[in-house]
Amino acid sequence: MTQFLTMTQLRENRVVIAHVYTATAAIVVGALFGAAQGLSRASAVGAPGWFDYYRILTMHGVLMALVFTTFFICGLSLFVTYRSIPRERKMTLGWLGYWVMLIGVLMAAVEILAGNATVLYTFYAPLKASPWFYIGAALLIIGTWVVTAEIFENVLWYRRNNPGVPVPLPAFTAAATFLMWWIATLGVVGEMYLLIPWAFGWTPGINVMLTRMLFWYFGHPLVYFWIMGAYICWYNIVPKFYKGNLFSDGLTRLTFIMLLLLSTPVGIHHEFMEPGISSTWKMLHTVTTYGVAIPSFITAFAIFASFEMAARRLGRRGFWQTVSSLPWNNPAFCGPAYGMLLFILGGFGGLVNASYSMDMLVHNTIWIVGHFHVTVGGPVALTFLGIAYWMIPKLTGRALWKPEWALWQTRSWFIGMLVMSMSMHIAGLMGAPRRTAEVSYLGSAPNEWLAYNLLAAAGGLVLLTSILIFAAVAIGTLVANEKTEDMTVEFAQPLPGSEPAPALLQSLFRWGAVALVLAVLAYAGPLLEMLHHPVFLAPGMRTW
Amino acid sequence: MHIHKYERWWLTFGIGMLLVFLATIAFAAFADNINPPSGLQAIDPTKVSKTPPFDHPGLRRLPDGNYEAYFVAEVFSFQPSTITVPVGRKVTFYVTSPDVVHGFYIAKTDVNMMAVPGWVNSESHVFSSPGTYLLICHEYCGIGHQNMFGKIVVK
Repeated sequence: MTQFLTMTQLRENRVVIAHVYTATAAIVVGALFGAAQGLSRASAVGAPGWFDYYRILTMHGVLMALVFTTFFICGLSLFVTYRSIPRERKMTLGWLGYWVMLIGVLMAAVEILAGNATVLYTFYAPLKASPWFYIGAALLIIGTWVVTAEIFENVLWYRRNNPGVPVPLPAFTAAATFLMWWIATLGVVGEMYLLIPWAFGWTPGINVMLTRMLFWYFGHPLVYFWIMGAYICWYNIVPKFYKGNLFSDGLTRLTFIMLLLLSTPVGIHHEFMEPGISSTWKMLHTVTTYGVAIPSFITAFAIFASFEMAARRLGRRGFWQTVSSLPWNNPAFCGPAYGMLLFILGGFGGLVNASYSMDMLVHNTIWIVGHFHVTVGGPVALTFLGIAYWMIPKLTGRALWKPEWALWQTRSWFIGMLVMSMSMHIAGLMGAPRRTAEVSYLGSAPNEWLAYNLLAAAGGLVLLTSILIFAAVAIGTLVANEKTEDMTVEFAQPLPGSEPAPALLQSLFRWGAVALVLAVLAYAGPLLEMLHHPVFLAPGMRTW
Repeated sequence: MHIHKYERWWLTFGIGMLLVFLATIAFAAFADNINPPSGLQAIDPTKVSKTPPFDHPGLRRLPDGNYEAYFVAEVFSFQPSTITVPVGRKVTFYVTSPDVVHGFYIAKTDVNMMAVPGWVNSESHVFSSPGTYLLICHEYCGIGHQNMFGKIVVK
């Protein structure tokens, strides 16, 4: 049965396609730079004279952490909102957000490539980049606020027109993600408000610790923005691949509300080794960071329960029968599924990093790099790549080109990421630092640091190959232009007859207000403490 | 809202595990005094070279037989670049930066802190075995970052 899309849906698809393919471009270029870094750091090949490790590292971090993820999550969230709230709509806000983000990214990219912003993706002051880099980054964030407004407008429209009916779960999860994001990005926009006039030379100096606190107020929720993007897929989309159901509507909403509440008041766990923040606040943020693990526990249960419910309907029982009943030949399933496996490693590593004194053993070692590659590069990237294999045909009306290549792409990414991130974890425990062009220290460094660098570079090459396969499939689908008629989108539903979510778990914006209060409470103490000491401004400099 | 029996068990196990981890950290913090470095002394970053004791960075012996080591982390070196300390004595490291953010990490120990302009950070350590320890800057600080290191000789 062919079901034709409305004109509105075709217009919606064009906005989403723009986001998804921009994200694809970012991850492909980002992976090229990443592999170059890996080889150079391992001294596997002699880097040419023009090769500037830190400039490439800045570009890699910005493209992967800020551009790929943000564009994909914006596209995905718009898609699930549009399709779960069908209505006639104009695409003004959707396109406005996209173009503001893109212009911002291009401005920042030009400055980075020109060598005017070799400050890595954390842009820690008082490293002083070109003001246009900061303005570009601020535009990227402001573009996401436009996307936020678009998602909220749709949710509010639905509520107005369907009084007493819960907002459809896909739109609810997207709105929760962007509500959390909006609260978190207030921090980085505040930081830009300090950095931009300083970079222009209009203010004489910068309060370094204040900028760091504002950055990490944003920086950790940024991580949860990625995770929530993956969870949107795991709850709403992935169960459809094995003809399964949502485990529980109420618990899904609870998970997203908990992430909304607990993603922000945790950022100081990135600042455990810093002066100017007393141990009381560091301990407090350890506790809140532990709290944000709970919605992930709920998610782990929900996923396995949903697998088992689907297997039982087929008469399959027990662990192995359940696992073997899953669609391991569907790349759209394999991406998220392999990602979930990597998240088990990432989750436990994260608990180590959040553990107050234990962080002293790993802080700023390459363990941390291993950790965020096995999280954002694992569950998040693999989920997005897998979901892209499902979304691109739905968006373009074209059948996926070479699905068997796509399957090998998810497998090779999983293996490459496992090899690379595990080498980084091990080298980190042996003391190898992160964020450095080389680890020889004129021959003073232990040999094993270099040995694990080689292994990490090998993993990086597998990842590069994998992403090139992804690009081939994504572009090949457009070029091959083989029509598919199945453009209808269905989201996972709870089993018929299951109870609806309690009203308390449906009032998203009230929980948003609570989240804002929690964020203020978590940061008022350390902020007042810091400002209670004499404030000395650093003039800043360009050290590259 | 109905929550399945197994889910209640799973969450009890998960939250219980988190509480055990937290209790371990709290025990280490309150009973063994293992805390991350949290220096709360402010300093003018533009006047580090004129502010005692950072005007003469280096090692000081205290009357009780323990040591204080004052370091300036600057692009792209540590001042001093090498110190020699005895085995088994407590050494308290103090570090600040006059320019950008640096790291202060003695590889294979838990001496791991950030040197932030505007603040003095500090951490104590007892070296229990002799040897030459690598002191490295583990926060990106600019084009020469990979060559910013020093040595702690323990005799």
